[in-house]
Amino acid sequence: MTALAPGSSTLAERGVGPLRSSGIFIGRSLRHALRDGEGLTMAVALPVLMLLMFVYVFGGAIQAEGYVDFVVPGVILVCAGFGASSVAVAVNRDVTLGAMRRYRTMPIVSATVLAGHIVASLLRNLLATSIVIAVAVAIGFRPTATPLDWLAALGLVAVWILAITALFAFIGLVSSSPEAANGYGFALLFLPYLSSAFVPLETMPEALQPIARHQPMNPLVESIRGLLVGVGEPPVAISLAWCAGILAVAAVLIVWGFRRSRDR
Amino acid sequence: MAEPLEISGLVKTYRQPVLDYLDLVVSGGVFALLGPNGAGKTTLVSILTTLVRPDAGVARIGGVDVVRDPAGVRRLVAATGQETTIDDLLTGHENLVMLGRLLGLGARARARADELLEQVGLVAAAGRRVSTYSGGMRRRLDLAASFMTQPYVLFLDEPTTGLDPVSRRRVWDDVRTLASTGTTVFLTTQTLDEAEALADRIAVLRQGTIVADGTAAELTALVGGQRIDLLDADGRLVHSVETDGSAGSVERALAALAPHQRGLQVSLHSPTLDDAFVALTRDHEEVAA
Repeated sequence: MTALAPGSSTLAERGVGPLRSSGIFIGRSLRHALRDGEGLTMAVALPVLMLLMFVYVFGGAIQAEGYVDFVVPGVILVCAGFGASSVAVAVNRDVTLGAMRRYRTMPIVSATVLAGHIVASLLRNLLATSIVIAVAVAIGFRPTATPLDWLAALGLVAVWILAITALFAFIGLVSSSPEAANGYGFALLFLPYLSSAFVPLETMPEALQPIARHQPMNPLVESIRGLLVGVGEPPVAISLAWCAGILAVAAVLIVWGFRRSRDR
Repeated sequence: MAEPLEISGLVKTYRQPVLDYLDLVVSGGVFALLGPNGAGKTTLVSILTTLVRPDAGVARIGGVDVVRDPAGVRRLVAATGQETTIDDLLTGHENLVMLGRLLGLGARARARADELLEQVGLVAAAGRRVSTYSGGMRRRLDLAASFMTQPYVLFLDEPTTGLDPVSRRRVWDDVRTLASTGTTVFLTTQTLDEAEALADRIAVLRQGTIVADGTAAELTALVGGQRIDLLDADGRLVHSVETDGSAGSVERALAALAPHQRGLQVSLHSPTLDDAFVALTRDHEEVAA
């Protein structure tokens, strides 16, 4: 048995650049999303059920007329948050079950596996969002938006999904197990209730109003509502600032978490 | 020409020293690093595959420094660990194709995946999701994954831990087949039969340093030659002398006995690699006690 020379032809072409590897990892994560039938069903069914429940069960008590127009923007954002939290589980599985160990020993930029998860999550959530909007229109949602407003609203939703997906990718990196990573998702499910997503802020206790008004989801809900049904001036700049801020913090945390996860 | 693997003065300390000024050179073939749990085997493999940085010392793969040029090292190595690195939600074939594309095989990844699945006997399971595979099948797929492009050095970190005897033999066969084309194999194991079955050369790691290094026969010889054991009717050892196999040594053994002990049983005892392993990995304190 003779030893191979380190530069022999079988080894010469090992590895691809970060763009190619991102593309390959996006394909992998999308395949995961399609394979995980339960996850995909939940990602679509939960927001749709929530929409139906708020419109038909609570709606009458909250606002007699036109509640569907009021609530759809909130449901869209809840849906985005719920879907994004599954990224934490996907990333954590890679870190704790060994796949990352192989990627890190390969001649590629191993962090691009995160790009795969984040982009796939964005696409999956946008799909879920469009289904929610379709159902909403079917049950009486009547947006007054121009095509440009629509574009702006969907853009905002996409930026928001990107920001919280990045945050949850970090949570996946540092969680001890997929179950633990899953648990953190609940935080984002509660945040929208403490905003004008489902009820007008004025109906909350005075002490709670400033918190609800200044948490990141509130300007987003109001922006999307403003853009789609033309209620009030949409605080788009504040919404974008929040998303950019969350994204920046998440990026720093991801770099730190990725280094930290190496020594495990 | 640079050796496949050169290590000198390697140190890694977590709470206590895990690797303690380790020196080692591997010149090809299959090399086994034998050691009990916690001896530092996995830490060493992690450093050599660029997953962990050493605190001090130098390690080179084919002349490429693992700290200064980790990207260069990643082009030369592949690793199959204790935990499989395979993606459960993808099929066996999809796993190999994806890794092949990451390695730059492009459109040739499919043909190479088919070839390897054939070699490790997973053709029938190729289209099934890995989550349905048995432990042995996963390890074999993991092994195949390490050969999508042939590595210069392959690291096998306890490749058969937790497998049944039949699956272990299957993995061993696959290691032999895949490595026969010139890849240097660096195997860590805590079982002697695995080291003996696969390796040309075995080193024993204890408390972060190499305490013995050689062929299985050389290591066995370290704990002494053959002995003549004299046992009583219950099989208890009464007397033991070293022997070179000559008749004279039998005479010496008998001469040491009192006349009433002539009814004893005689047994010839050859030291095994097991004996060597136990002797070499025992703590000094235990030896002294």
